[in-house]
Amino acid sequence: MGLEAQINQPFIATRLDEVINWGRKYSMWPMPFGTACCAIEFMGVVSSRFDVSRFGAELVRFSPRQADLLLVMGTVTQKMAPVLKQIYDQMPNPKWVVSMGACASSGGFYDNYSVVQGIDEIIPVDVYVAGCPPRPENVIGAVVKIMEKIDREKAADWK
Amino acid sequence: MNESQIAEKVQARFGAKVLRAYAFRGQAAVTVAPADLRDVLVFLRDDAELQFEMLMDVGGVDYLAHPDAESMDWRFEVAYQMYSLSKNHRFRVKVAVREDALDVPSVWDLWGIANWMEREVFDLFGVRFTGHPNLRRIMCHDDFVGHALRKDYPINKRQKLSQPAENILCAKPEHA
Amino acid sequence: MSADGTQVQPIPSELLTLNIGPAHPATHGTLRLQVQLDGETIVNMACEIGYLHRGFEKQAENCQYQLVIPYAERLNYMGPVHNSNAWCHAVEQLLGIEVPARAQALRVITSEMGRIIDHAVCIGTNLVDIGALTNFWYMYNYREKVYDLYEELCGARMMVNYPRIGGVSMDAPDGWFDKLLRVMDEMHEAVGEVRALVERNRIFMDRTIGAGVITKDIALSHGVTGPCLRAAGIPYDIRKAQPYWGYDQYEFDVPVAQGGDTYDRTIVRFREMEESVKIIKQAVARMPDGPVMVEDHLVAMPSKDKVYNTMEGLINHFKLVMHGVKPPVGEIYSATEGGCGELGYYIVSDGTPNAYRVRIRPPCFANYSTFPKISTGGMIADAIAALGSINIIAGELDR
Repeated sequence: MGLEAQINQPFIATRLDEVINWGRKYSMWPMPFGTACCAIEFMGVVSSRFDVSRFGAELVRFSPRQADLLLVMGTVTQKMAPVLKQIYDQMPNPKWVVSMGACASSGGFYDNYSVVQGIDEIIPVDVYVAGCPPRPENVIGAVVKIMEKIDREKAADWK
Repeated sequence: MNESQIAEKVQARFGAKVLRAYAFRGQAAVTVAPADLRDVLVFLRDDAELQFEMLMDVGGVDYLAHPDAESMDWRFEVAYQMYSLSKNHRFRVKVAVREDALDVPSVWDLWGIANWMEREVFDLFGVRFTGHPNLRRIMCHDDFVGHALRKDYPINKRQKLSQPAENILCAKPEHA
Repeated sequence: MSADGTQVQPIPSELLTLNIGPAHPATHGTLRLQVQLDGETIVNMACEIGYLHRGFEKQAENCQYQLVIPYAERLNYMGPVHNSNAWCHAVEQLLGIEVPARAQALRVITSEMGRIIDHAVCIGTNLVDIGALTNFWYMYNYREKVYDLYEELCGARMMVNYPRIGGVSMDAPDGWFDKLLRVMDEMHEAVGEVRALVERNRIFMDRTIGAGVITKDIALSHGVTGPCLRAAGIPYDIRKAQPYWGYDQYEFDVPVAQGGDTYDRTIVRFREMEESVKIIKQAVARMPDGPVMVEDHLVAMPSKDKVYNTMEGLINHFKLVMHGVKPPVGEIYSATEGGCGELGYYIVSDGTPNAYRVRIRPPCFANYSTFPKISTGGMIADAIAALGSINIIAGELDR
């Protein structure tokens, strides 16, 4: 948003940052890039028991142009890598990336010819969630960490 | 019929064309040359006592580092797992593929499942299936060089892909 | 000709090529379809798979037989325990050993629980594609209850790593069987809510009857197994045809339908869930006493008491961990009935602790290979409904 980048007055800028961050963190629209088993645990996260909509992130958008949180859930193979890059590029700013599970963070225990050893070879990642698959509480913890990260941001960071 | 009896019947019918007969833990298999493959499979399907209606699986094996490799002058085998619904018995037919003659006749017109399964054996081992309508890679990406499941392909040799394939349509949906 | 007699020019049209996937909500995993559309009708279609090819078969050649158990579990990640149960079964056939009766009953129970949750998610996500979102939450609530049971028995929710070559890793804790029976009693009501909303629902029936028909000929030619085959009218179930783990002692029916369309596959899955509950109840009633691991020191780990207090136990433990089990040179094809159909393992052994070649016969591969044939000529909405009902799990499809 260009307007805030141009407001130079410190008091208004910090208040505006807080309001914008408050809006962004409590209404994140995740884009579930689910490939493997972690996607099934994510389905558990959005289900009634581990309800992620308590944190405002329930409205999954399957189009990257409408989403701001990319959740990469599951193994990313060499064949899938260009697709992931394309989806990440299609998302407008501001955007954050959560790498869920061991396979997305580092290739997991698949150290072979066809698996990308961590999606940070392709796209920048904000939060890594460990586990195979991670417990749903872990995933919600990652969403909360993204919220804490958003709190520390300024609106001028995202051009 | 148990699998050894089926193997005997196949050997009685095909004689010297059976290169190797194999039995282990109650299961049996025969190995034939590529030229005889279709005859053997059609015999298994059509014979009144055998009636193998279903082809369950087509898988390749690379015998490069196997202890049995000294007695075989072929490197690869493609194993066809057969199952008979009406008689409830199983059998395995393997085709011997030499490294310098990697052609095997395709059976996709007999069983539709062979279309994709033969593509996978081609992708991972390099065995070419003559008569296949769409012999492209199926598991690895199209820019992959080499055949991943061969014993001389190192496990960690990664090959990156920059662009996914644009058009994958074929002339007819049965070929796809 | 228009109404007043003048000649009307036909509107030029061309076929639309549409790419669906691999990141798409309706494909349930990493599947890619390319369709050529004439309006809403599919004229030509191609499917591309391999977007989740994780190199399982190559990986299994590089590790010992018991280390393949976690890899096997991640094949069909909807009902994971069955895959590793089936792997251990295949290796035991290769070794020629028989598992004790209590371990067999525990394997039956965990596999049938896996079948129930597999069908629950398949039906739930298929209904989401068709537009009935509520059922997904109901099915997932029930799945969470089964997860709690797995957690108490094995220590983890999904990827439990429970069976071992020669048996299972641990016995059920006290009171677990009572909890299991309570959760099974709740299944009828929990899934019954979904079934009541769906089975005689006019919209669901209009949407799914006649959509994506897998005929008997297509099924036999493509090696289709599991609920897709039984919905086409062929009553083939490996648990009845070639029983293992004591399935011949349990009384259960094999639900069969005649139409082969999406509606029939959904109803067959509902009925199979009921049959699985029957099997679990019989297994608990019949639960034999005894060990849960075979008494063979070449296969089973010694107890910790022996490991810490005797030299033989220590060496035995060391050799099993470092060198693993060593089957004789040979090959085996072992087939069991997974959630999607016949899950086969073709293992070639060269006498070393690592498998020489592991080939998995994935049921989803055969089922999905019918898809271009059954959806061409129909509408794209029917194709999406049929895609969900075939239950394609990319982990198993691509391995």
